[in-house]
Amino acid sequence: MSTLTASLEEVPADWAGHGGRGLTSTIVAAEVPPTCHPLGPHNKLVIAPGLLSGTPAANSGRLSVGGKSPLTGTIKEANAGGTSAQLLARCGCKALILEGQPQGDAWYSLALTPDGVTINTETELIGKGNFEVVDTLSERLPNKQGIITIGPAGEMKMASANVSIKDSDGHLRSAGRGGLGAIMGSKRVKFITIDPKDRKIDIANPDAFKEANKVFSKALIDNPISQALAQYGTNVLVNIINEAGGLPTRNFTTGQFEGHDKISGEAMYDRIKERGGKPKHGCHPGCVIQCSQIYNDINGKYKTSGFEYESIWAMGADCCVDDLDQIAEADSLMDDLGLDSIETSVAMGVAMEAGVLEFGDGAGICRLLKDEVGKGTGLGRILGGGAGSVGRAFGVSRVPVVKNQAIPAYDPRAVKGIGITYATSTMGADHTMGYSVATNILKVGGSVDPLSKEGQVELSRNLQIATAAIDSTGMCLFVAFAALDDAVCLPALIDLINARFGIALTGDDVVNLGKHILKTEKAFNDAAGFSKSDDRLPEFFEYEPLPPHNVVWDFSGEEIDSFWNF
Amino acid sequence: MKITVKLFAFFREGRFIEEVREYPDKTTVSQVITGLGIDINAVGVTMISSRHCALDAPLQEGDQLGIFPLIGGG
Repeated sequence: MSTLTASLEEVPADWAGHGGRGLTSTIVAAEVPPTCHPLGPHNKLVIAPGLLSGTPAANSGRLSVGGKSPLTGTIKEANAGGTSAQLLARCGCKALILEGQPQGDAWYSLALTPDGVTINTETELIGKGNFEVVDTLSERLPNKQGIITIGPAGEMKMASANVSIKDSDGHLRSAGRGGLGAIMGSKRVKFITIDPKDRKIDIANPDAFKEANKVFSKALIDNPISQALAQYGTNVLVNIINEAGGLPTRNFTTGQFEGHDKISGEAMYDRIKERGGKPKHGCHPGCVIQCSQIYNDINGKYKTSGFEYESIWAMGADCCVDDLDQIAEADSLMDDLGLDSIETSVAMGVAMEAGVLEFGDGAGICRLLKDEVGKGTGLGRILGGGAGSVGRAFGVSRVPVVKNQAIPAYDPRAVKGIGITYATSTMGADHTMGYSVATNILKVGGSVDPLSKEGQVELSRNLQIATAAIDSTGMCLFVAFAALDDAVCLPALIDLINARFGIALTGDDVVNLGKHILKTEKAFNDAAGFSKSDDRLPEFFEYEPLPPHNVVWDFSGEEIDSFWNF
Repeated sequence: MKITVKLFAFFREGRFIEEVREYPDKTTVSQVITGLGIDINAVGVTMISSRHCALDAPLQEGDQLGIFPLIGGG
């Protein structure tokens, strides 16, 4: 963006076997100086479809976005559904790299086709919310194009700004965590459009691909977990995490929320049906799990989709709001402003602890989002800076973050396996990196006692390695539920990759890919100045027992550090 | 003995959300499940007073039993 030029390059041999997160992390580690300022000219924003994106493989439409995070200062990757991964892959684009920084006050948009990228100045949509960007572009542009956009939060370079991706309905999916939207804003790119025209993907062995896809899709569809996800969405988790005593409530002071029933997946399902919404909905074409939903307001009009457990937990239990409509309104505002709904909502919880709002004030959350964050006021910029930012501004010590990223919807004291993931993840507190909750609470892939330290480091390690590999394929991570418990699923996924490229990967190759990605990411972080002392949870988890089990976080530093013994 | 039985997700359909029910002493978790007409193979997780329990665990007076189908998410 410094010279406002775009170039097409051949894929270097070293990068040919990578896609999705493996590719974004490889490129960031190779080309971004680890000590650079994330909002300066030396950071890069790397956008990459997964290895299988754009093919007919079920659930393969995830797009990875990576860079050095303005929130954590570590390497970062976030992925999301929508249509852009598939369209980028069909353009023949393995990765789009935004680098440098323009001088002056102009804003830009990028238009990507199979022939390359053009950079245009943009004025009309600057300052506008993501919904208006998508609606306007859908009229401006000739075909159904992919749209990647930042909202006002990204334009204002807030550390919790996300990158939003249009889905088939014209709504938004979020590459949420770590402030990647602020990087795009620092390069003064408001949106990117993607038009593959009539290009399609070439598959090396189409017959083998078709066979593997049959086995793979069936494994996903037949898995009983897909049934609960399709009906209730990820919000099905509220009640089970609450029952287990691990639902972080009132800024992580207790593990159960009185109003849990009102914000549960069961309650959400009833309300969606009453109001003519859709309980079952896919975030990208080809998804067979369909965990998303269309949630309407009381008048039956669209309010939000992708109404996730994480967002509902954070505004619900963590902020003590038991009104699902207020939470949906806030979710919609965050989509429009382009904010990570986990980071922003946990920040609101810290703000409530600080006395900025009363716990339970859902209307207040919406007001702060609209009038403060959306307008970039002083308070708005503190809130938009994330949970750590609020804690520092108001002198709060109970700030649930690791490497300055807000802890998600499982208390580490009562779900010790996820605590190891929070501490050791290369990207700050993150639940998807190694979803130990599956085995600690949901009894998927085995069973490990959530209140015991035993087996947790090994569990988190295995899951983090597997997840890094899956994140490279463009697959939605929820294929893991089938992969963990159905013996045919993972081999079918490997068969799909082999048939796509005409190669012969084995299960061991996939494990090695995962290990390689984690080590690449760790090396970047080490060079950026991170050390063992950053792989720790906030102090209060060690001395504040969490009801109802009255447990504390009791891992020693040595025990946590043994995670890296591979 | 009196047990509070809590059902979740589609196990609630045609049954109840939460009920205090009377059972003979030493009734096991799986006996409660099959007694309610729930397919034991559809059960994902059971908890007694917020702690995971095996299907053959015996219940005691005053226990809170939560019965969940197979569930996932993130």
